[in-house]
Amino acid sequence: MNIKIALAGNPNCGKTTLYNAITGSTEYVGNRPGVTVEEKEAKLKWNKDVTVMDLPGIYSLSPYTSEEVVTREYIIDKTPDVILNIVDGSNIERNLYLTTQLIETGIPVVIGLNMIDVVKNNGDSVDTAKLEKKLNCPVVPISALKGIGLKEVCERAISTAKNKNISDIKIFSEIIYDYLRQIEDLIEDRKLMVSKKWLAVKLFENDNNILETLKLDSDKKSVLEKIIKSAEEKFDDDTESIITNERYKFIEKTVSETVKKNSKQKLNLSDKIDKIVTNRILALPIFAVIMWIVYYISVTSLGTIGTDWANDGVFGDGWRLLGIGGEEYEKASKVYETERIKIDAFIENARKNGIEIDALKEELKAEEPNSSIINNFIKNTKNITATAKIENDDGNTGKNINVDNDAFAAALEAKEPNPADYGVWIPGIPLLAETILDSFDASDWVKSLVLDGIIGGVGSVLGFVPQILILFFLLAILEDCGYMARIAFIMDRIFRKFGLSGKSFIPVLIGTGCGVPGIMASRTIENNNDRRLTIITTTFIPCSAKLPIIALIAGAMFSDESWVAPSAYFMGIGAIILSGIILKRLSVFKGDPAPFVMELPAYHFPAVKGLFIHMWDRGKAFIKKAGTIIFVACAVIWFLQTFDWSFNMVEAEESILADLGNILAPLFAPLGFGHWQASVATVTGLVAKENVVGTFGVLYGFDEVAENGAEIWGMLQTDFTVVSAYAFLAFNLLCAPCFAAIGAIRREMADYKWTAFAICYQTGLAYIVALLINLYGNAFLFSQSFIAPIIITALLIVLITFIFMCSNKKTAPKTA
Amino acid sequence: MRTLKDVKSGDTVIVEKISCAGSLKRRIMDMGITKGTTILVRKLAPLGDPIELTVRGYELSLRKSDAENIIVK
Repeated sequence: MNIKIALAGNPNCGKTTLYNAITGSTEYVGNRPGVTVEEKEAKLKWNKDVTVMDLPGIYSLSPYTSEEVVTREYIIDKTPDVILNIVDGSNIERNLYLTTQLIETGIPVVIGLNMIDVVKNNGDSVDTAKLEKKLNCPVVPISALKGIGLKEVCERAISTAKNKNISDIKIFSEIIYDYLRQIEDLIEDRKLMVSKKWLAVKLFENDNNILETLKLDSDKKSVLEKIIKSAEEKFDDDTESIITNERYKFIEKTVSETVKKNSKQKLNLSDKIDKIVTNRILALPIFAVIMWIVYYISVTSLGTIGTDWANDGVFGDGWRLLGIGGEEYEKASKVYETERIKIDAFIENARKNGIEIDALKEELKAEEPNSSIINNFIKNTKNITATAKIENDDGNTGKNINVDNDAFAAALEAKEPNPADYGVWIPGIPLLAETILDSFDASDWVKSLVLDGIIGGVGSVLGFVPQILILFFLLAILEDCGYMARIAFIMDRIFRKFGLSGKSFIPVLIGTGCGVPGIMASRTIENNNDRRLTIITTTFIPCSAKLPIIALIAGAMFSDESWVAPSAYFMGIGAIILSGIILKRLSVFKGDPAPFVMELPAYHFPAVKGLFIHMWDRGKAFIKKAGTIIFVACAVIWFLQTFDWSFNMVEAEESILADLGNILAPLFAPLGFGHWQASVATVTGLVAKENVVGTFGVLYGFDEVAENGAEIWGMLQTDFTVVSAYAFLAFNLLCAPCFAAIGAIRREMADYKWTAFAICYQTGLAYIVALLINLYGNAFLFSQSFIAPIIITALLIVLITFIFMCSNKKTAPKTA
Repeated sequence: MRTLKDVKSGDTVIVEKISCAGSLKRRIMDMGITKGTTILVRKLAPLGDPIELTVRGYELSLRKSDAENIIVK
């Protein structure tokens, strides 16, 4: 017989730890559209006929939060055979509140009294036998973290499911039951998945969701309204509050009879930690240090090592297993490098002495050089000596070496060291793929598609995986140990002003390294509106891939003046604040005015297995995205960049993309950069922002340019003015992020409309900012007319005022 | 009429009434703040808001603007 166990409990009650402990691997993770509430399901470790379903952590079965609605729907639609309710024994009063609601559903309930070790350590005790009697359902003391009582609680759950032991206890006072019985009579005797009593309570509480599902006719509705009204008059309170009050009264009585609290109220460890961590003076410095550590490990040190390995190793030339042999290879490379410098110096000197060198240079490049040409050259240069300048590691001239004819001949013999000869060398995926394609005699365009388009594009995205995994591991620690809630507590006041959550700080901070993990870090924000706003604004802060664009513009147009780079960050912060203030006014963000009523859970050590599961679950989601949407997007950009309209392979400047650039160019003309190179560079920035500089290089006719594009500075200076260059910078920093980040936005929004809104808003804001910079810049610096900028500013002011007025109108009745 | 917002940190009070309605009221009550509940105001956040409370043996934080709806004695 197949049995379905549903795990239910408050947030922070140790439910997920228990789930990880009693199940093997998670087989199914689903996502409800519109909300990021995960559904997890797996088989019980000891009995494969038993499915365990992990429901979201909730405090109540009220209809107000998405987690609660998902749980209710699950219980009503899928009716589990038994609900395993995890109750935090160290916080029993509030935890039993949900229990009283679960028992009412008419589904068998078994209680796992968790953290029993903590209860004992505090010197408290719980009379489980008595509690079992009071609640009329099995109560098993367990510790999910220490693995106590897990098998027993599962066995009790299975036997309870088989026997269909439904608890029947009196929670409310008799007068409430009178009302409830009257309501029960209104409900038709359909085949119902949940008990009539639960439905009656919900109707009594004015629960609209249930009212709609039951489709009461208008007569019955008016009877219901009368019942509610008479109860409200009698109790001088609304029915929702009456029910809640009665529940807590029942719990207070139950707890006072079954739980013995240690009379000595000493500060426990968690209180002591909290005294320091949220201390008025120390809280902010401690927060700064913790954030710095998270940033340093995930973005700067360990994360960079991981990402370099993925980008240059796995998706580059290759990598060395465990780094063995790396040092020897470096040494050999250096020796080889010295020989090359000697050769170049000698040849240069030969040229100065009037000896023909072109033929030799050709031969040296060839795979199998013609030895007679080389030997001839050596013969002709018998009397020539040159001086090779060997640089030290610091880039300064170290020593000069005299190169005579013999030394030159010897240097020619030197072979470039092969990295594969040192240690265990694992070739990169592009090389492997190339070898395989070559063995099939694949045509050039297939090779280009696979290597440049797919592996290049998807690889640049997957390169972020190590960084993301490290970040999620650290965030999982912060979350599981209880610090995350304190971050919201500490930072709430600042961020609330801009319509963001206290936890929005983390995504923005991580976003300075990379927007992808930044957006994904927004997961920890419970409130849907706050989370969406954070996702939309996170990529405004310049990420590390945007730094080359800043370096290019600062170097080419502003002779590296020191204000350019900081101004980019201030622009990002400004965009976040502005967006928070304006977007919060839109009606879509006003949906549910979420109160900030947040539990500050006791600090505890996280379960290591849970941390890894947490990390992998989130990392996996990102990898999947890279395999789908990003894959397609990269292939499309590659196609446009590689072919012309008659599908011949061409260089980028003759490609379809260049033509599209010409079509797009007029769009960017008002921003001051209406030439096709700039628009193509902006489009390729969608694949990865570091592409912008490289694309400029290609379009201006260079194979490869330095990271800051120093080679093309001169060309930029003729195509751009100071003003249009800064407008270009502003647009590229603020507009839609790269595909990887767009994928992350899509994943976190779990909704196409919201993703589209985010992209449009970002691009729109970027356009407006760049437009204003261009118009005002030209007016101030190049004495152009002020009419256009003033008209546009006036229009914007009208628009913003309109948004504000609309939102005020809507809130007016509420405050009245 | 005194609300939870005005209570000094370190003081213990008893809830008399919750004056708001709708989802905010339900949320506050779901978390265990009901008529007659004892609340200890533990401290203010470093920037002065929100506040940290002890209710029914656990720690809860509330914004001052929400705490204003809880009338205490």
